[in-house]
Amino acid sequence: MVALAPAVVPRRRRALGGGRLAPYLFVAPFVVVFLLFMVAPIVIAVSNAMYSSRSSGLGFGGAETVFVGLQNYATALRDGDFLFGFARVALYGLVQVPVMMLIAAGLALLFDSALVRARRFFQFAVFLPYAVPGVIAALLWGFFYQPSVSPLVQALQGLGVDADLLAPGTVLWSVANVSVWSNAGINMIILFSALQSLPRDTFEAARLDGAGELRMALSLKLPMIAPAVLLTTLSTVIGTLQLFNEPQVLQSITPHIASDWTPNMAIYAVSTLGGDTRLGSAMAVLLGLVTLVVSLVLVRVTNSSSREGL
Amino acid sequence: MTADVQDRERSAAPAPAGFRARRSATVLSGGDRVSRGWTTAATIVVALASIYFLAPVVWLVIAATKSSSELFTTPGFAFGDWHLWDNVRALSAYDGGIFWRWALNSVIYSVVGSALTTLVCAATGYALAVYRFRGRKALIAVVLGSLLVPGTVLAQPTYVLLVDLGLNNTYWGLLLPALSYPFGVLLAWIFAQNAVPTELVEAARLDGAGELRTFVSIGLRLMSSGLVTILLFTFLGSWNSYLLPLLVLTDVELMPLTVGLTGWNQASITIPSLQILTVVGSMLSVVPIAVVFVALQRFWRAGLTAGGVRG
Repeated sequence: MVALAPAVVPRRRRALGGGRLAPYLFVAPFVVVFLLFMVAPIVIAVSNAMYSSRSSGLGFGGAETVFVGLQNYATALRDGDFLFGFARVALYGLVQVPVMMLIAAGLALLFDSALVRARRFFQFAVFLPYAVPGVIAALLWGFFYQPSVSPLVQALQGLGVDADLLAPGTVLWSVANVSVWSNAGINMIILFSALQSLPRDTFEAARLDGAGELRMALSLKLPMIAPAVLLTTLSTVIGTLQLFNEPQVLQSITPHIASDWTPNMAIYAVSTLGGDTRLGSAMAVLLGLVTLVVSLVLVRVTNSSSREGL
Repeated sequence: MTADVQDRERSAAPAPAGFRARRSATVLSGGDRVSRGWTTAATIVVALASIYFLAPVVWLVIAATKSSSELFTTPGFAFGDWHLWDNVRALSAYDGGIFWRWALNSVIYSVVGSALTTLVCAATGYALAVYRFRGRKALIAVVLGSLLVPGTVLAQPTYVLLVDLGLNNTYWGLLLPALSYPFGVLLAWIFAQNAVPTELVEAARLDGAGELRTFVSIGLRLMSSGLVTILLFTFLGSWNSYLLPLLVLTDVELMPLTVGLTGWNQASITIPSLQILTVVGSMLSVVPIAVVFVALQRFWRAGLTAGGVRG
């Protein structure tokens, strides 16, 4: 049992030099949980991945742990389906990220433009999905994708379109739709907050010069909130690489989502059903490295562009 | 990079609510000059978008009032006969009322988890803002750097660690990992910088108040509105959490709503009666949170403006 000792500051402060000790006691709980649940898992994953368990003899003697070096990584990298998962989330991200950012930025600019009536209600409507847990959202859209209950499929059939939203070619976009629906609202709010904190006088001046709302939105406001746009894009891209909840839930209603459909799903499948946590750790390290590289590249871009933008 | 982010955070300090409200009023009065046609067009675009965002939730609420067979026989957005109370009764009776056990678990994970996490973040952020101590810069660098480590990559190794510690299949197994929340520390640090004047801490110290008392009675109080933001984020994070509980918990009695309901959804292929229960259960788990969250939007908005990033 891990006991988290609360940071109790000694009463006799002067005698114990508590004034100097105090900050350490305040940060101690965080440092402890950080070491335990951020640093330790990474260390464990890296070391775990270097071993493999082999059952000895007929399997009666229990598993024997042997050092295998980078063999688990080699196994993961030879797994075509695991690698294809990366390609799949890349394709998914190439479409889902721009679509969601366009919707979020478009709505944020509209809400900021004073053109929209009943703004508070509409903002509430766009933001509401964020309060729905991701897996419940997937479950909910699952009902919209199943022909037997779906009002959407039924409406399309009424129009003479026979849509199968869970077919091999469409299921990726059905999954993407769930995360657009879930996340557009929060990104809209972030961009809207950024827009609202811009100095209003600039726009008054532009308006007096005869600039229309559209021109102002595209050539004035959007460049000014570039840092916020890039930051939301960054976190969306990171989220894309981690894709798990939506496809994992939709898996139960379509045969076209395999258990290793995304890298995270493959890690989960290998660690639980596959029973090979060491291979799973190696895969998690690989996914972490890919995410880190992508993040660093994007942070680079973000930093250089925000310097230009500001 | 560290200095960069720091500066950006500081410049993006949260504006007081009243200030923002006045600003948007200016926008609205400016809007009078815009032609009526554009206003109508923009409102129609936004209304169409709202239909997309609202429709699934509206469908969920309507579907929860239908009987199991009406779910398949009536049009999705039309009410059937009123079966909501029957459905809730069936939901409560199923498997000895396991749904409410899951709901209770979700509340425990979210409430206890978010309260403890907020306290840990508050103490750390306060110390970073108020004290100058060795290792402070290193801690700030570590906090900022770790924002790039996504939580779900850590789930599998965390699961391995919890098994080693014997904490899998326990409440602590889910509560403890949630305590490590660097984004919350970043927010708390920003809030403390803006809200807790060092002079006040000095004055309290001269008056003979201990460091802990100063933190509780001055620090926590002045940071309180910012802390609500952290509380909301962590609450929602735990409420929505799926991958870690899925890995860590095998005992049905310990599962949160997300894992329980998706389990039902999967099982409904062979047990059709579970389909309507999944619908009702989802509805009951979404609506209260949505209401609370929307009611408290002032707080998370302040957090977003202050953070400029999210965890």
